[in-house]
Amino acid sequence: MSGLFDMPSYLEYSYFGLVGLHLREALIPVLAGLLVALPLAQLCVRVRWLYPPVLWVTTILYAIPSLAFFVVLIDYTGLSETTVMIPLAVYSLVVLVPAIVDGVRAVPQETLAAATAMGFGPVRRYLQVQLPIAAPAIIAGLRVACVSSISLVSVGMLIGNQGALGNMLDAGLKYDQPRLVWLSVGGTAVLATAVDAVLIGLRLLLTPWMPRGARTPAVKEATG
Amino acid sequence: MRDADGFGRHPAHNRENGSFRTRAPGPESSSGERSRLSPQLLAQSRPEAGDFCQTRRVFGALIRIDSVTKRYPDGTVAVDRLSLEIPDRAITVLVGPSGCGKTTTLRMINRMVEPSEGTILLDGKDIQQQPVNTLRRSMGYVIQNAGLFQHRTILDNIATVPRLLGWGKERSRARARELMDRVGLDGTLARRYPYQLSGGQQQRVGVARALAADPPVLLMDEPFSAVDPVVRKGLQDELLRIQEELAKTIVFVTHDIDEAVKLGTMVAVMRTGGRLAQFAPPAELLTDPADAFVEDFLGTDRGIRRLSFFTAAGLDLLTAPIVAVDATAEQIAARDTADVPYLLVTDLDGRPLGWAESGELTAGSIETDRLLPHGRPFAAGTDSLRAALDCAVLSPTGWAVAVDGEGRAAGVVSQQTIAEAIRGAHANSARTTQKVAP
Repeated sequence: MSGLFDMPSYLEYSYFGLVGLHLREALIPVLAGLLVALPLAQLCVRVRWLYPPVLWVTTILYAIPSLAFFVVLIDYTGLSETTVMIPLAVYSLVVLVPAIVDGVRAVPQETLAAATAMGFGPVRRYLQVQLPIAAPAIIAGLRVACVSSISLVSVGMLIGNQGALGNMLDAGLKYDQPRLVWLSVGGTAVLATAVDAVLIGLRLLLTPWMPRGARTPAVKEATG
Repeated sequence: MRDADGFGRHPAHNRENGSFRTRAPGPESSSGERSRLSPQLLAQSRPEAGDFCQTRRVFGALIRIDSVTKRYPDGTVAVDRLSLEIPDRAITVLVGPSGCGKTTTLRMINRMVEPSEGTILLDGKDIQQQPVNTLRRSMGYVIQNAGLFQHRTILDNIATVPRLLGWGKERSRARARELMDRVGLDGTLARRYPYQLSGGQQQRVGVARALAADPPVLLMDEPFSAVDPVVRKGLQDELLRIQEELAKTIVFVTHDIDEAVKLGTMVAVMRTGGRLAQFAPPAELLTDPADAFVEDFLGTDRGIRRLSFFTAAGLDLLTAPIVAVDATAEQIAARDTADVPYLLVTDLDGRPLGWAESGELTAGSIETDRLLPHGRPFAAGTDSLRAALDCAVLSPTGWAVAVDGEGRAAGVVSQQTIAEAIRGAHANSARTTQKVAP
């Protein structure tokens, strides 16, 4: 009767349209979270006592159910994508802030001292030394944030047609269509895996300076 | 020219022994002019030290630390009213036990630590008056474990300061390649990352990086402490070689007195609480420690180490007890004298093979593998009395073998003769000797 990827019209999108929407609703919040987390984390690095309270706040925000967020946000942003994405962005902070703070703090003291002694100002030192060296830790945080965000987008179905693959799951359950259930669950899993793989690739691309075990023959191994 | 220029300009320095370490800033310091001290002058101001440190040239102070104190908010005093004149184009070593404020002092020179009191003048100008990053870019900085940027290639690590100074990418990299060569790093390492290098190689990169923008001043904070002794010795020799070529003003912090004595033109011994115990050339330090603390810090073998500053060139070498492996019976008989109980056998080129007991050799059938080992020989013209004594002590016969530049036996010398030479060197203050590597 119909192809594997044919969607009922009430879902308003084709299958790949839903996948695209899902991706957008999941990743834009993480990107927004990163933009907030970077300065926030830098503040926590510079003002040490600020870090624990900031962590508590992000944890408490993470504990608020998205439904509660929606109830408040609907008054302002309606039944829109934005309403789904704002809580997701807030949730990503709980992973991203500590990832960046710990990553930046893990930059060796002597590297920082050397940078200062060579005449790096604080901004240049942050951008050219601390952030690049913290990149692996930040990307590790991004991986967790992205995967969790991709799974959380589904709750968007609570405010109508904003759950992307979540709506498909809902429809599959409601109308007893296992095909839709499988497409939704499988699609979400593939999406999460693919985004994770892209981020791993990004890390490899950005950090050729990381020891990579047997892949790169090190001088030390060759001589010792 | 420098020497002639400076000579006689500061008659005050002649007045008292050790004036270099205690005198108050002269009028020339306030006018910003660099004072110049000639070697002759130093020799005169320290009669017993001058005779063997003349060849270590000391120029005027480039960095003047003037009663500087660093007190932390909790009341700890890291550096206490320290005054030092760090000579131009020489290595000044700050040495002392941990907590003596030597690193703090170093960090005050590039303003990574700001002094609570006192001033530091660089080339006559107060460092507080200069923009901090400009100041720092004019000073190379080398630290323990190198502190390399792990995310940059070796070449880009070295090119850091030129890039900060706004040099173009290509020019900076060309300069970096030049420096890799200068510090003895293979060009093939240029594209590698720090984790792919050994500790010693990383430290060389650290030195190259510090030298990249050709700064007049080099600050080195225990740079060689974290590498093994063999690599450390190599790095020290390399630093002396580079210094010979570049003549930077180097301030070097270490807790290792041997390193201080080896590298320093001047050595500042600091004691816990950030006070200066003594500021003197290493030979004077070993000869004439200012107090019990310095003496204790120098360790038990300072007498032996001091011998590094006396040349072995003046030793009376005996050439009589040396025979070639193809010697005739007459030659052996002629060489076999009663005052030397051994004969040194050499190969046909004159290189030492080993010792034979007097009367044991038979012409035509000298078995070289039955000879007593001669041990490591010393270089007759260039080694120190310390090296000669060491050879004699280690030699199974008690006689040291001296060799010339080609490794041919130049003569043999006994422990007794070396001991006499040591007594002579101590007594004869007019004798000119030079510091050579131990």
